[in-house]
Amino acid sequence: MKQTKGISKWSTGDKITLSLMMLPFLAVFVLFMIVPVLSSLALSFTKYDMINAPQFAGLQNYFRMFIEDKVFLIAIKNTLMFAVVTGPIGFMLSFMLAWMINELGPKIRTVLSFLFYSPALMGNVYFIWQVMFSGDSYGYVNSLLLSMNVISEPIQWFNDPHYAMTLVIVVQLWMSMGVSFLANISGLQNVDAALYEAGAIDGIRNRWQELWYITMPSMSNILLFSAVMQIQSSFSVSAIATTLTGFPSVNYATHTIATHLSDVASTRFEMGYAAALSVFLFALMAVTRVVIGKLIDSTGK
Amino acid sequence: MKKQTARYKRFTRSRFGNAVYSLILVLAGLFTVIPLVYSVVTSFKPLDELLAFPPKFFVVRPTFKNYIALPELLSNLEVPLSRYVMNTLFVTTSITVLQVLVSSMAAFVTCQVKNRWTKLFFLLVQFALLYNGTTLAVPQYLIFAKIGIIDTYWAYILPALASTMGVFLVKQFMESNVPEVLIEAARIDGAGAGRIFWRLVMPLSKPAWLTLTLFSFQTAWAATGGNLIFSESLKTLPSVMGSVVSSGLARSGSAMAVTVLMMIPPVLIYMATQSNVLETMSSAGIKD
Repeated sequence: MKQTKGISKWSTGDKITLSLMMLPFLAVFVLFMIVPVLSSLALSFTKYDMINAPQFAGLQNYFRMFIEDKVFLIAIKNTLMFAVVTGPIGFMLSFMLAWMINELGPKIRTVLSFLFYSPALMGNVYFIWQVMFSGDSYGYVNSLLLSMNVISEPIQWFNDPHYAMTLVIVVQLWMSMGVSFLANISGLQNVDAALYEAGAIDGIRNRWQELWYITMPSMSNILLFSAVMQIQSSFSVSAIATTLTGFPSVNYATHTIATHLSDVASTRFEMGYAAALSVFLFALMAVTRVVIGKLIDSTGK
Repeated sequence: MKKQTARYKRFTRSRFGNAVYSLILVLAGLFTVIPLVYSVVTSFKPLDELLAFPPKFFVVRPTFKNYIALPELLSNLEVPLSRYVMNTLFVTTSITVLQVLVSSMAAFVTCQVKNRWTKLFFLLVQFALLYNGTTLAVPQYLIFAKIGIIDTYWAYILPALASTMGVFLVKQFMESNVPEVLIEAARIDGAGAGRIFWRLVMPLSKPAWLTLTLFSFQTAWAATGGNLIFSESLKTLPSVMGSVVSSGLARSGSAMAVTVLMMIPPVLIYMATQSNVLETMSSAGIKD
């Protein structure tokens, strides 16, 4: 919606209506999001064990992250690893698959999109992978490999640092067909057909050019949405990793900042330090978000 | 103008390209559907097949036993099962309806009123999504306690409404798919903001809020209330189902039966919303 410049668009009555429409969300948003985020920010400068009142500690929590906390450095490495691999691949998968099924007939499109979205429909189904890759010979993969004589004894998939990271990445990717996939479908179907015709006249030669110069720029809003959702999930890998590889994972192979954070908060009750960790994690994501926003703005140019 | 009119002009692929294309889609589909197939198949496995060695993926002699066992497993509850069902239905419906409405209204205002406040608001909406929830739990709990919503239905509903994903999604969609000329035209015809929102903008952004409906439903349907609900009479289906079937390998068949049953409502909502999304598409001819 492009704003008409210089003209006050809405009448006084309309302005009241608009304010009332904004009010419900604004109220819950400020109360349940903004205030807690600000308190968390404030807590990051304190020492707080949830029993005694928070004590001001300056930047101590932030120093501790990099100087004392050896596990944290491993967590940063793993978080970045997950983010760099699952973020872009998850983003591309959810866009490319939506793009590929977009031109199919309605029936086959409905079936395929259901198949792709089914892991998300099932909720927390990554336990399936636990069954598949179970470390004993009851696991489907071990059982299969044993019967084919590829291996002579079962592999401890999730307890072996060699495999743990890769498996968690695969599971994370498989879970990434979520809301961004659906958003991409609806975005793609709403690209104005006239733009494609105009593009053909202007010298677009093939589908890839069409994708890059027409489709992606005209749905850049949805792409940004889907990118933000991917940033959010790929930097916060935690539940999947701890469910599959246990806590703590062997040699901290899949220990992330989010895992570290929930350990500090819910087991050790060091809320000040946990808050500092979440501020750091937020900063990482926010920087990524800004960079990605710039990249998306530049598609097709 | 119908969207389809342009289709014949689209570029075509080589035969090899088509084969690769179909192969990718089929492989991806098979890969993603594994858990669904596995759950359904396992829910029909008799006990000896559940424990079989070596394990078999597919069921040989399907049985309904896992389903038949459920009523008994669910009979000795503190509160009758119907209560949990009612709670879940009430909570899920309220959250879904309210979230779609509240988020869409906020998205509409953010699109229509462009000043420094709405810009700041939208920036906060986007970045709030990125803040890790773990450390927010304590301040949120204190706020819930302060306003007295702990152990009430509000504890399910209000926090869910604060989710910013919906505002972000709907706003992004409205921004590129609701032509400003239509709004201008409606205003010249004398329509007020409320009417424009309800009669013009909402129908045009149907794909976005239908997607939000599905997502909101799914999240609400799985809600257990966490540490905010402790009265048994206020608990929901997922929490009781989880506790009933969580023990032992012998029950893994029933656990799968529960997983399959609990999945039916989200699947139905998926069908309803997505088929509607496709329908809207083929008839949306209004573009500037």
